Amino acid sequence: MTDERTLDLLEAKIEELRQLNGMDLSKEISRLEEKLAVLRQDLYSNLTDWERVRIARHPKRPYALDYIASVFSDFYELRGDRIVGDDRALLAGLARLEGRPVALLAQQKGRTTEENKERFFGMTRPQGYRKARRAMELAERFAFPLVSLIDTSGAYPGVESEELNIGGAIAENLQTMAGLRIPTVAVVIGEGGSGGALAIGLADRVLMLENAIYSVITPEGAAAILWKDKEKAREAATALQMTAPRLLDLGLIDDIIPEPLGGAHKNPTVTTAALKDTLVRHVTELSAIPLDELLNARYLRYRSIGQFTTRPTNEP
Amino acid sequence: MSLFKERQYLRVHVDREPDDSLWMKCKSCGELVFKRRVRENSNVCPSCGEYFFQTSQERIESILDPGSFEPLGERLSSDDPLSFVDSRPYRERVAEAQAKTGLDDAILIGRGSIDGLPVVIGVMDFRFIGGSMGSVVGEQICRAIEVAVADRRGFVLVASSGGARIQEGLLSLLQMAKTVAVRRRLAEAGLPFISVMTYPTSGGVQASIASLGDIVIAEKGAMIGFAGRRVIEQTIAEELPAHFQTESFALEHGQIDRIVRREDLRAELSLALGFFVGAR
Repeated sequence: MTDERTLDLLEAKIEELRQLNGMDLSKEISRLEEKLAVLRQDLYSNLTDWERVRIARHPKRPYALDYIASVFSDFYELRGDRIVGDDRALLAGLARLEGRPVALLAQQKGRTTEENKERFFGMTRPQGYRKARRAMELAERFAFPLVSLIDTSGAYPGVESEELNIGGAIAENLQTMAGLRIPTVAVVIGEGGSGGALAIGLADRVLMLENAIYSVITPEGAAAILWKDKEKAREAATALQMTAPRLLDLGLIDDIIPEPLGGAHKNPTVTTAALKDTLVRHVTELSAIPLDELLNARYLRYRSIGQFTTRPTNEP
Repeated sequence: MSLFKERQYLRVHVDREPDDSLWMKCKSCGELVFKRRVRENSNVCPSCGEYFFQTSQERIESILDPGSFEPLGERLSSDDPLSFVDSRPYRERVAEAQAKTGLDDAILIGRGSIDGLPVVIGVMDFRFIGGSMGSVVGEQICRAIEVAVADRRGFVLVASSGGARIQEGLLSLLQMAKTVAVRRRLAEAGLPFISVMTYPTSGGVQASIASLGDIVIAEKGAMIGFAGRRVIEQTIAEELPAHFQTESFALEHGQIDRIVRREDLRAELSLALGFFVGAR
């Protein structure tokens, strides 16, 4: 079984041969490159659910700010919830998508320890959700489409979060999003962690990057609660059906944005182009729908989610 | 200050036990108390005031006018959309919970009246897979609200839930969005929603429908919060204050309107609902 390390070693070997002067190694190099391509295809085209979880959390994966810089222009950040403070794990602002103004909500993880401290490892706090709601309402007032970039392992669990009623903040956002009189699109770019993600994700269109995940609970959390064994995260990842292809099959998301072989971080430029294309297409489509029709469709979309059977009334 | 574990319900099943004994021993004060009196007292110990666990059927009995409850509509059962198996198959867990509780899922919904005021009520039941909200609970909350809108009745939800039902994956998470979307219809129709939070009201239920009452009441002894204690303790690596996520914590931090003793819940609901009669 090939793993990512083998590929890295092979890549390093090829690079080493290239650096050697004085000998013609082109034959050897091209032979190894072919081998690398085959191995890469083999490894990445049959990803297990757990491998996708790992790609979704890959430290080199592009984060929201990377896409904000490449997909949008003129990002104009709006800070603070006007009550308590400013959450650096959820950014809000105005930006342009192909010249057109949109309101943007974006969950941002940190790259360094220092940055992660500031951003609470990408976990959103009540301050962030309330800032998001402020931006939603602003967007509605000026008829800007709303775009959410989702990437969080979950809402931040802490004493302050509970004191500031994080559950209530999420609930209020859901209520606001359900009634926004503007087109709304949510894209899960990495991790879609439960209520912490849904709080900016109740949208007309829900898209996922190919290797993103979206779940009611982390695989580790489910493993601890249901299997009583943290080592069962792999099994939990599969059972929870949290990957983009599975959620598309379940009819819970609308579109998958393809990633390059091995994940978005292998070629961010290609990923950015695909994200932009898909996003523009959906925003354009939604903008053409009369508002009452759009809101009705949104209502029916969420009203109809669920699978159950009817029991005969005479059954015990 | 109580000498006993603060504000935790004792999991005593008053009349679920098959035995026919007339007396039971309160685990809090140790008194022998007459079972029928406990039941008539909304499962509160007549001797020391400790709360015993109340099933959804018992709650309905203690809140609604006698004989006024009329269960609503179709009986729905979970479909196991993910064919979920952990240490046990989800289907097995559902079947066991159904057998244990006599319920189809973790909620009972129906029409009824409180001091003659017509309402639609939903009562969640913690015994059924932790009162968790999956497709069935979400759907039944929506149907209850829709009946309330059609009949022009107020809606009362008594929450008792650990959160979303893990075994239905994202379908469960999205029940938060679904119930909230439907809750808006109640507001648009000018009908009141009174949310009653009991032990426990947490996770996806607290972070959606239960927090959106026009009036939010907590029963004395409730646990109210988003994340579980253990999760928070692991994150911040320190012990949490004793009254953390209790009803008094929620009141102190502006998350609920009032704390009500279980014995007074019926009168409280009647009083609150009264303000809205003919309001719009």
